[in-house]
Amino acid sequence: MSDFTSGFWNIYITVLALLGIAGCAILLWAQSVQKVTMTTDAAGDGANNAAQVGTTGHVWDEDLTELNTPMPRWWMWMFYITIVFGLAYLFLYPGLGSYAGKLGWKSSGAYQEELSKADAEYGPLFNKYLTQDLKVVAVDPKAHAMGERLFLTYCSQCHGSDARGSKGFPNLTDRDWLFGGDPETIKTTIMNGRNGQMPSMAAALGTDKDVENVANYVLSLSGATSDPIKVVFGKSKFINCAPCHGADGTGNQMLGAPNLTDKIWLFGGSKETIMETIQQGRSSTMPAFKDFLGEAKVHVLAAYVWSLSNVNQDQAQK
Amino acid sequence: MNNAAPQVSIVKMYSAREEIYPREAKGRYASLRWLCVWLTQLVFYGLPWMVWNGRQAVLFDLEARKFYIFGLVLWPQDFIYLAALLIICAYSLFLFTAVAGRVWCGFACPQTVYTEFFLWIERKIEGARSARIRLSRQPWTFEKIAKKTAKHFSWGLLALWTGFTFVTYFTPAHTLLHEVISAALGPWEWFWVLFYSFATYGNAGWMREQVCKYMCPYARFQSSMFDKDTLIITYDQKRGEPRSANPKREREADKEVGDCIDCSMCVQVCPTGIDIRKGLQYECIGCAACIDACNSIMAKIEAPLGLIRYSTEHAINNHLSLKQMQQRVMRPRVLIYSGLLMVIVLTFFGALFMRTPLKLDVIRDRGSLGREVEDGLIENVYRLQIMNTAETAHRFKLSVSGIESITLATSDEVQLDGTASRAVPVRVRVAHGEGKTGSNKIFFELKAVDDDSLHVKEKAVFFVPR
Repeated sequence: MSDFTSGFWNIYITVLALLGIAGCAILLWAQSVQKVTMTTDAAGDGANNAAQVGTTGHVWDEDLTELNTPMPRWWMWMFYITIVFGLAYLFLYPGLGSYAGKLGWKSSGAYQEELSKADAEYGPLFNKYLTQDLKVVAVDPKAHAMGERLFLTYCSQCHGSDARGSKGFPNLTDRDWLFGGDPETIKTTIMNGRNGQMPSMAAALGTDKDVENVANYVLSLSGATSDPIKVVFGKSKFINCAPCHGADGTGNQMLGAPNLTDKIWLFGGSKETIMETIQQGRSSTMPAFKDFLGEAKVHVLAAYVWSLSNVNQDQAQK
Repeated sequence: MNNAAPQVSIVKMYSAREEIYPREAKGRYASLRWLCVWLTQLVFYGLPWMVWNGRQAVLFDLEARKFYIFGLVLWPQDFIYLAALLIICAYSLFLFTAVAGRVWCGFACPQTVYTEFFLWIERKIEGARSARIRLSRQPWTFEKIAKKTAKHFSWGLLALWTGFTFVTYFTPAHTLLHEVISAALGPWEWFWVLFYSFATYGNAGWMREQVCKYMCPYARFQSSMFDKDTLIITYDQKRGEPRSANPKREREADKEVGDCIDCSMCVQVCPTGIDIRKGLQYECIGCAACIDACNSIMAKIEAPLGLIRYSTEHAINNHLSLKQMQQRVMRPRVLIYSGLLMVIVLTFFGALFMRTPLKLDVIRDRGSLGREVEDGLIENVYRLQIMNTAETAHRFKLSVSGIESITLATSDEVQLDGTASRAVPVRVRVAHGEGKTGSNKIFFELKAVDDDSLHVKEKAVFFVPR
């Protein structure tokens, strides 16, 4: 507990809490028997109660008097029990300054306990699939439903509920893969995460004109409309891009360099966007889920993701 | 009242409870109370054993967050019905109290019901009032120990059964019984069985009238619902006073005497230990035991019945006839309470029976607003959370409307088991140029293939990018 800059506050809180409890106890003890000035009403039968216990002497609205009827004694014992409970609680649980309590209870510990309990209960459901080949898991309808739920919970924020992605987040339902699309590679991607880096190529290519030429060449690779003259100039400069994207522009899955010859664009396929990409570079991150979800869940998830582009979806749902 | 001299004295601010040994009352109201006891407790103890469609008829499954009440399955989304039910309970209490005083307290409240049970056991084992007083005053003989042990043992058994029954509303009765027999209860089941048993034993065995006097909040705020025409248990002061234990001799001495012979029966039967002849007191739970007791005495001395009776402050003071009293029941307060209650009850049952056991939540994907796909179509992605709250499986047909060319790009069929929920990602497409730039209102409609009455329509937003 390093919440306080000085040890004084620990003592301050401890003393205040204990003094408060002691104060309650003293008040309770002192008030259980009291000297009271009372007005005994001798009127007799009709005010029998008042005659026995008297009134406090308070009168409102001319004739409304407050009786001094004693409270039930078990009530007083309940007050004492709360004091004992309070002291026992402060002894067992954290509460007195930096004192951690005899039981050493922590909210983070309680959370861990709940987590491991849930793991014990639900873990076997996932572990069952861990020994199976991913392609087998992919066609298991139950695993598919589990995978779908996992995907909707953990992946849909970036890749979309339908797994078709959006700008900067790849579509997982096509057969185009940045880092490779065989089941094991998908699993590795989810387990360890990925880092896709494209550096800014503006300096390497030269002028803005050169950038535009290269963009035109890149467009021509997938057969998009482009300026034939600029394409020729751009092609000579594309040598700067070849280390990652390959001399023919088909990309490199080892590096996560996209294939530029298909019509699939991660950040957009207009000339302006491609120029922006070349000039400023791109950087995207897929976080690692190994520690967060554990291998068994990732296994089911990887099978689900692979199935999106490899198993007939209508069949998988049945 | 200030004619007495003030004096200083020591007052104990807390005092021990004075034990009350209510005498058994017999008569119309005692029978009525026993009828209420039987009715409420047959329901309470019996309901968990009733079976409906192969499951427990009434079960509040907290873990699965589903409440089963016969044919009805309530989900957390139906919580509004619980709120409405509580409002109905509150207004019923208002109405009954305004008309007839503390009838709930005297005849139906669990505190009264279980005290009645426990008193019955006490009477069977320790005997009538006088025997019980004698027993508690005598030293600890073998007989006393035996009787007290037998009483607490019987109380304990009844309390345990009550605690068990209480938990069977949350854990299926047969499972729980099996767990009890094999001593395999979970820690929380143990806790609740024992806690509820202890509460029953403590409240009905030891606390009794103190629960009503010191703990019950309803007992304290009900006075604001009383008025001069509320039915209360009253002692007819004018007829009864001056009371006399020996009216014959007093009459011979030419003294005026009332009908009350000061037999103190009304005090002896009172479960809260008050004397009704002092007028309305906050301790009175309206159980009418004193009416039964007094009437049996009045019958014996051949005086007219009803020296203590249900009446109103107004009627007693002004000698109203029964008819006049009945006419005063229809007063604004009662009419307003009944009107409100009727509206809420009708709304509640109307809403409950017309509700569709199918729920649809549309959650728009936040990752992308809208995108262009092949052929220039605009596509939006949604996640539909579908809940089939009924217990039968259904096949549903999904459709979308709101923009002329709007279509589903994903499967329009959804299969759902009974009491199941499922998230379904769907893609919706609109032709280029249709709908206005920005948000467009659209509707998703889900229809059961096999049941036309089962359908829901939910609105959503379709986004057309610039």
